[in-house]
Amino acid sequence: MEFKLILFYVLSAILVGSSLGVITSRNPVNAAMFLVLSFFTAGAVWMLAQAEFLAIVLILVYVGAVMVLFLFVVMMLDINFDRLRQGFWSYLPLGALIGILMILEMSIVLGGQYFQVLDTPLPPELANSSNTKDLGLLLYTQYTYPDQVAAAILLVAIIAAIILTYRGRKDTKRQVIADQVAVKAADRLRVVKMDAVKPQPAVTAAPESEAGDGAAK
Amino acid sequence: MNPYVLDLITASPEVLVLAMGCLILILDLFVKDPSHTSTFVLTMLTLVGAAILTLFTSTGEVVYAFNGLYVDDLMGDLLKLVLYLTAIVTLFYARPYILQRPDLRRGEFYVLMLFATLGMMVMISANHLLTIYLGIELLSLSVYALVAMNRDSVASTEAAMKYFVLGALASGLLLYGMSMIYGATGTLSIPEISDALVANASNPTILIFGLVFIVSGLAFKLGVVPFHMWVPDVYQGAPTAITMLIGGAPKLAAFAITMRLLVSGLLLLAPDWQGMLLILAVLSLAIGNLAAIPQTNIKRMLAYSTISHMGFVLLGIVVGVVGGDARFALNAYSSSMFYVVSYVMMSVAAFGVIILLSRAGFEADRIDDFKGLNKRSPWFAAVMMMIMFSMAGVPFFIGFFAKFSILQAVVASGQIGLAIYAVLMSLIGAFYYLRIVKVMYFDEPIDESPIVAPMDMRVLLSINGLAIALFGLFPQTIMSLCAFSLLRSL
Repeated sequence: MEFKLILFYVLSAILVGSSLGVITSRNPVNAAMFLVLSFFTAGAVWMLAQAEFLAIVLILVYVGAVMVLFLFVVMMLDINFDRLRQGFWSYLPLGALIGILMILEMSIVLGGQYFQVLDTPLPPELANSSNTKDLGLLLYTQYTYPDQVAAAILLVAIIAAIILTYRGRKDTKRQVIADQVAVKAADRLRVVKMDAVKPQPAVTAAPESEAGDGAAK
Repeated sequence: MNPYVLDLITASPEVLVLAMGCLILILDLFVKDPSHTSTFVLTMLTLVGAAILTLFTSTGEVVYAFNGLYVDDLMGDLLKLVLYLTAIVTLFYARPYILQRPDLRRGEFYVLMLFATLGMMVMISANHLLTIYLGIELLSLSVYALVAMNRDSVASTEAAMKYFVLGALASGLLLYGMSMIYGATGTLSIPEISDALVANASNPTILIFGLVFIVSGLAFKLGVVPFHMWVPDVYQGAPTAITMLIGGAPKLAAFAITMRLLVSGLLLLAPDWQGMLLILAVLSLAIGNLAAIPQTNIKRMLAYSTISHMGFVLLGIVVGVVGGDARFALNAYSSSMFYVVSYVMMSVAAFGVIILLSRAGFEADRIDDFKGLNKRSPWFAAVMMMIMFSMAGVPFFIGFFAKFSILQAVVASGQIGLAIYAVLMSLIGAFYYLRIVKVMYFDEPIDESPIVAPMDMRVLLSINGLAIALFGLFPQTIMSLCAFSLLRSL
C-alpha cells in the first residue's frame, strides 16, 4: 500500500510537470512530446486505480494514433507559431473562466462528502475483477450483434474515405507489355513525303542555291 | 442447437448482406470491366438471396435474437421485403445513370448501396436503442459517401456537407434523448422500457425531456417540418440516382424505428408524443405543399412533396390511440404503413423517369425539361402522368387510397377538423403535380433529342407505373398485408 502511494505521487508529479511543459514550451514538437509523456503517466495512474482497460485505450488511441497524427501535422506544415501565440492575453479571461469551472467541478466530485454527492463504494464482487475481461465478455456475448454492426460502420467509413479522396495517379509511367507487343510500325514512325528539291524562293539570290540543296532534309 | 447459431439463422438476411458486401468489395478489385457488370449482378443476387432468406426465416411469430437486441416479426419482414424490392428497382434505374458518369461508375457504388441496405435492415429489426442508433449510422454514413461521390460537382459536395452536418446533429439529438430515457427507465431494451413505464417507477420529467429529443431526432430522419431544411438541398444537390435512394427506401426504415420507439416502447407516453407529432404533421403538410409550388427544379419539388407525404404518414401515427382507447390503433398504424409503402413506390418511379430523360452531361432536373414529353415519348409521358396523379391523390391510383385510408383513420378518431385540413392541403398540392402533367401534354418540347435507355429500365419503369395504377384498383392486397403484419407484431 505504501509503495502504491509513493508511486502515485511520483506519477502525479510527472503528470503535472509534463502538462505544464505542454503549455509552456515554445517549440510545438516539444509540446507534443510532453503531451505524449503526460498521456503515458495518466495511463499509469489509471492502471494504479485498476482501470487497466482505460489505461491501455488511452495509450493505444491517444499516443498511438492521435498524437502521431498531431506530430505529423506539426512537422509537415509550416505554421508560424509566433503568430498563433498573438492574442494570448485577450483569450486569457475566457480560458481562466473555463479553468475555474473545471476546478469547481472536480472539487465537487472529489469532495463528495462535503457537497452531499453520493459516494458509492465499488461493489465487493467487482473489486478483484478485470474490467478488460468483463468488457470483452459483454462485447462478445451479449452485445455481439451491435459489435458486428459497429464493425460494418467502420468498414463503410474506410470505404468512404478512400473513394472520396483516392483519384489514382495520373503521372505514373508504367509499362503496358500488351500494348508494347501489339504496337505496329505505323504507330511509331510516320513517313512524310517531301519534294527532294524545293522550288527557289523568289527573294533569295541565285548563287546560294547549291548550298540550299545540300541543307535540304 | 447452440443458441448463437439459432440467432444467426434468425438474422440470416443481415448476415448474408454483410458477408456479400465484404466479398463484393474484394471481388470488385479484380473486375477489369469498366461498367462493373459482374459487381452489379452479384449485388442483385445478394438482394434476391436476402429476400428468399427473409421469406424462409419468417415464422409469423415475434422472435427475439441476440439477447433481445434483434427482433424478427411480420412487420419487419414485410418492410424488409419492400426494402429489397425498392433497392433492386433503385439499382436498375441507377445503372444507366451511373454508367454515363465516370465518377459514379465504380464498384464501390454497389458496395455502399448494399451497406446502406444493411443499415436499413438493422433499423427495421432493431429491438434496442443501441441497435436503432447503429442502424441509423450505418445507413447515414453510406449515404453521405454516396452523395459526395460525384466529387467534381460543387452542388453534390455542398449537399453532402449539409447532409453530414445536419445528420450528425440529428444523431446527437436522438442519442441525447436515448440517454435520458435510459436515465429514467434504467434500460435500453424497447420491451423493458415499455415494462418500466407500466411499472410507473420512472421520473416523468426526464422521460418527457428524453421524448422531446427522440421525436426531434426522428423528425430529422423523416425530414418533416421544422427539421426539413436539409431535404430540398440534398435532393437537388445529390446525383439523381442517389436522390432516388434517399427519397425511397430509408423512409421505410424511418417508419419502422418510429413504430418501434414510439408505439412499442413509449406507448404510455402517447398523449405527449401525439401532440408533438401533430405539430410536425400539420406544419409539414402546409410547408411541404406550399413551398413546392414555386419550384422550377423537379428534384426540389419532389423534395417538398416528400415533406408533405411524411406529414401524412405522421397523421396516421398521431391518431392511433385516442384518450387511452386503442380500438382504432391497428387501423391507423396500418394505414400509415400502407402510405409509406405506396409513397416509396411512387417516389422511386418519379426519379426513374427523371433518370430516363437524363443523359451524360444533362440532368433533366428542371420542370422545363419535361415540356412536350408526350411528343417525344407518349408512353413515358403517360407513366409520369400516372405517378403525378397518384402523388396528387387522384382517385383510383394507389396514392388516392393511401390518403383515403389515413383520412379514414383521422375521421374515426373524431378529429374532423384535422381531416378537412389535410384534404385542403392535398388540394393545394394537386396544383404542382398537375402542372407537370400540363407541361408534358400541352407545351412544346424544348429538347427534341430521342430518349435513350436500356430495355430493362424501360420495362421495369413501365411495370412500376402500371403497378401504381393496378394497386390503385386493388389496394386491399397491400392494405390487408400491412394490417395483418401489424396485428401479428404489436
